[in-house]
Amino acid sequence: MKPVEPPKLETSGLLQRLKNTNIGQAWLVLVLALCFGASLAAVQLTLGPVIEQNKLNETLQKVPELILGTAGAQKAAEQNQNLVVEPQIIVVEKGNRKIFYSVYKATLNGATTGWVVKTAGQGYADKIELLIGFNPTIETITGLFVLDQKETPGLGNKIITQKWRKQFAKKGIIQPLVVVKKGAKASNEIDSVTGATISSESITSIINKAASDLRGPLSANILKVK
Amino acid sequence: MADQPTPLERFIQGILPENPVYRQLLGLCPVLAVSNGLKPAITMSVAVAFVLLGANVLISLIRNLLKPHLRIVIFTLTIATFVTLADRFLAAYVYQMSKTLGPYIPLIIVNCIIICRCEVCASKQSVFAAASDAIGQSLGFALALSSIAVVREILGTGMLFGLRVLPTAWPDWVIMILPPGAFLTLGLLLGVINWIDSYKSKKSRSS
Repeated sequence: MKPVEPPKLETSGLLQRLKNTNIGQAWLVLVLALCFGASLAAVQLTLGPVIEQNKLNETLQKVPELILGTAGAQKAAEQNQNLVVEPQIIVVEKGNRKIFYSVYKATLNGATTGWVVKTAGQGYADKIELLIGFNPTIETITGLFVLDQKETPGLGNKIITQKWRKQFAKKGIIQPLVVVKKGAKASNEIDSVTGATISSESITSIINKAASDLRGPLSANILKVK
Repeated sequence: MADQPTPLERFIQGILPENPVYRQLLGLCPVLAVSNGLKPAITMSVAVAFVLLGANVLISLIRNLLKPHLRIVIFTLTIATFVTLADRFLAAYVYQMSKTLGPYIPLIIVNCIIICRCEVCASKQSVFAAASDAIGQSLGFALALSSIAVVREILGTGMLFGLRVLPTAWPDWVIMILPPGAFLTLGLLLGVINWIDSYKSKKSRSS
């Protein structure tokens, strides 16, 4: 059987031929995409800094709680002891790659009380952005906060609950954290969120990576100050 | 086009007779997901209204240039642009609320109410009709979303808008602010609306 020939298009004029090309068919899509892209870029240019500032403010607000714990932060606020937070960028060289970490150094009366590290990694659905509080020598975790995540609502997004996050406080980080299904006992074990093992593992691996990358540079920084 | 509803009809139909949630059962994902409090519900409704109005007006303006086989691409492109705008504005000016709503704002892109209105109304009627259709449908959506949110927030927390309305002795029905509460409330309210309708039609038939 012969394949059916497509009906011959009228190709009388140049205009008609132009209309039947791909560009002639799709020009509206292309024009709209260009216009929309340009307007979105403009919006991002104007609003991007505002959104970044919002995130930075949220980070700075969280620092006392992440280092001193909720109760400790309240107590410090009552006694008018304000942590001095100093943002800095730490560059870690890994092979021939450089990794940049935003680190917030918290000092109280001149002594370093801890570090808050802003870092991100791949979650189950999308990038997860974390704030991790460490003690000055990066040996224990003092707190965890999830800045941004798009995990599955109802399952993976339980990583943002205080109930799940609080188990990280006081965990040792010299040995990498390990996710277990239930009943974490050892000081480096973390209970996974039920039904969201991948989200839980993403978080612990982000923490492990940040801790191992930063322990050297940050402890050295303390010694230097002393 | 004589058989198309007038702008006023479009507007009124959107609110109750063709309510997007209770009558067309469209856009149920945000209805179920962000109706656990009145505040996120209202923010969501405003975002949907903005996107719907923007997309409807723009599609109506270019309706004569649309090619039938490329129209869905253009609808999606337009909707995605307006949703991204809404998302960025929320993140810049109401940061906490944009975090509460999380992925549900970007998910407006796939909300079928908007693509349905583009297809049914905006790609066929004038800008004025498309705009009044968008406003009517948005009001209908807001009405449905907030009615569910009011029931869930009051029963689930005893509060409305963060203010206490039920006595503290009220045992908070936590299930109402959890996902099952959304299904229960939506089902019951749908039932009530259908019951009122059948009661009305019975009455008009007997008289």
